Amino acid sequence: MKPVAFDYLAAESLGSALSALSQAGGDGKILAGGQSLLPMLNFRLLRPSLLIDINRIPGLAYVEAAEGAIRIGALTRHHALETSSLVEAHLPVLGAAMRHVAHLAIRNRGTIGGSLSHADPAAELPMLALLLDAKIGIHSLNGRRTAAAREFFVGALATSLGEDEMVTDVELPKLPPGTGWAFAEVARRAGDFALAAVGVTISARDGKAAQVRIAMMGVGETPLRAPEAETLLAGRAIDAAAIEQAAAAMQAIIAPNTDLHASADYRHFLIGALARRAIDTAWRRALGELS
Amino acid sequence: MIGRKSIRLTVNGVAYEKSVEPRLLLSDFLRQELGLTGTHVGCEQGVCGACTIILNGDSVRACLMLAVQADGAAVETVEGLGSIHRLSALQQAFQDHHALQCGYCTPGMLMTVVDLMRKYPLASDEEIREGLSGNLCRCTGYAHIVRAVRAFIEQTRSAP
Repeated sequence: MKPVAFDYLAAESLGSALSALSQAGGDGKILAGGQSLLPMLNFRLLRPSLLIDINRIPGLAYVEAAEGAIRIGALTRHHALETSSLVEAHLPVLGAAMRHVAHLAIRNRGTIGGSLSHADPAAELPMLALLLDAKIGIHSLNGRRTAAAREFFVGALATSLGEDEMVTDVELPKLPPGTGWAFAEVARRAGDFALAAVGVTISARDGKAAQVRIAMMGVGETPLRAPEAETLLAGRAIDAAAIEQAAAAMQAIIAPNTDLHASADYRHFLIGALARRAIDTAWRRALGELS
Repeated sequence: MIGRKSIRLTVNGVAYEKSVEPRLLLSDFLRQELGLTGTHVGCEQGVCGACTIILNGDSVRACLMLAVQADGAAVETVEGLGSIHRLSALQQAFQDHHALQCGYCTPGMLMTVVDLMRKYPLASDEEIREGLSGNLCRCTGYAHIVRAVRAFIEQTRSAP
């Protein structure tokens, strides 16, 4: 339960971190909050020759309002997102989900860039990035590119990041005022990894759902969007029958695993229950019946 | 050969300068290099909460940080709260309410409560339980811990 020996660089600039990462040729790891990386090092599941600590690089931790979007620096801690007034005002579903992320001591260290790069299929931030159509900013020595969340998560603990690339920022389109939203999760204990969770945003126009977005996690190799359920709900007034159809459509596209914490059947059941709860709540918020 | 790094930090107000291997965990540094064995090590994977300390004002898992990362930091451990002969008010509340049996989880519980108190209202027992959900205790069943924290909050917040 101790890491293997490695070299350590406390990077002072993004450039020095990226060049060290490039030189390490796949044998280097970026150390941000370390809340997933350190357990993997302690278990010796990872044996990098070099750790590149980005915690001392100035300007990587921020939450700021941009044109139509909220931009979040990769080194922004979970607790900062949990308590951000910009997040609360423009992305309330993200603020609500942050309270489910692990425990305070973990939220004090863990970062959004780290969570997205780690890509745990039962972690809240990858799912929220997918739900909210995040644009993920990525740097390497070759410059900057962005990846849509839909193409970024490619498997369990796997992303489209190249071995010389690092996540530097995340851009999330603001939810228009009046957008209904909900985040519902079941975990064995407060702060544990989710057995399953569902996130929903719904905008309403003339008593009908306009744009509907639904994402779920804990039931696949990556967080998932539910395009069939989204289409089913869009363009109509959402009633109990519509919610049942959408929940069934969500259950139809998942193939959850059985593990120590829950059976596949139970996770399947949970997605139905959480879907009903979350769609109903988001719709009532969209109608202004719920704050 | 992997180079050792020189670090300077304060722990409970005392300044230290040490040379450490990069892979040395902060929890092991505190216990083995500084002899501050009040910080307990349970799981070494961030799950049990026994090694929780305060780093620059925030509670953190000492097993999920490297000692080199604490260079320049101000660390507080359970030794900074009080002493055997002069318990802090929080420690006294734990004793008064029988909030520990074996005591293994207690340092992490105490340091977690210090940070929770600063950041959350802890208005209900449910909030206290949720706040402490990242700290495992295998003896008490938690009821006495929640009671101690509740008593400490009432005492602290009613004080002039």
